[in-house]
Amino acid sequence: MLQTFRALAEPNRLQIVELLLAGPRPVGDMVDELGLRQPQVSKHLRVLSEAGLVDVRVDAQRRIYTLRSAPLQELEAWLERYRRIWESNFQRLDALLDDMKANEKKQVRKKPQTKR
Amino acid sequence: MTNAGNFKLTTRGDREIVMTRTFDAPRNLVFDAFTKPELVRQWLLGPPGWSMPVCEIDLRVGGTYRYVWRKPGAPDMGMGGIYREVLVPERIVATEKFDQAWYPGEAIGTLLLVEQTGKTTVTQTVLYESQEARDGILKSGMETGVAASYDRLAELLTRGLEKRASKS
Repeated sequence: MLQTFRALAEPNRLQIVELLLAGPRPVGDMVDELGLRQPQVSKHLRVLSEAGLVDVRVDAQRRIYTLRSAPLQELEAWLERYRRIWESNFQRLDALLDDMKANEKKQVRKKPQTKR
Repeated sequence: MTNAGNFKLTTRGDREIVMTRTFDAPRNLVFDAFTKPELVRQWLLGPPGWSMPVCEIDLRVGGTYRYVWRKPGAPDMGMGGIYREVLVPERIVATEKFDQAWYPGEAIGTLLLVEQTGKTTVTQTVLYESQEARDGILKSGMETGVAASYDRLAELLTRGLEKRASKS
């Protein structure tokens, strides 16, 4: 998990993952789109590959990269858990605010506003 | 449950995390719910099983706050800080630091409340001292943090995975 996060924390690598979401791609293609030099792109791809985020196959002279969905699904599950925790906090807060609103109304009814 | 789903979690720049949520209540009530200990400990609890035995708030510039969460069988989790700006009922800026800090330095939290037609939108921002600190937040499950661009990532993950699912 942490390895996935670390691999994706770098903006260029995140962009590579975004490119690969559309489908497998050769390195040269990505070099053009990212505006980076080939060695840089290869370095990023190596990190992504070590994190298990991409697979590579060689087709004639080209190295074609494919996204592996398992670590991304794991990451998504983590994010979902995190969101759920905050959303459950906020739903408790919704209920508390409803109580507070109801109490306020009750108090207003009990004590009609006096002129100052 | 009318408000469920309007919760947004995003990052801004390298070092900030921004959370927004709208509540169906006027601003003064929401402000109370965020600043009165007897109210805070009713909702700011995190995952099931946790309680908040310590919730101390001295709401003034230079005043401190201290929160401790507890769950049987787990080590206590505490955090606290010092208020830097207090503008009732719309804005609070405070430092924040977890006891078992897994990231270097302090973070600065800003709470902003905006009321519109009886509803209040709360924006919570956390600014970390470094990108490493922000990204380090993800080592634990409950704090206000996610690493770089995760929200954007989450969005594209959902889209991408859906696309894959529909293809296969």
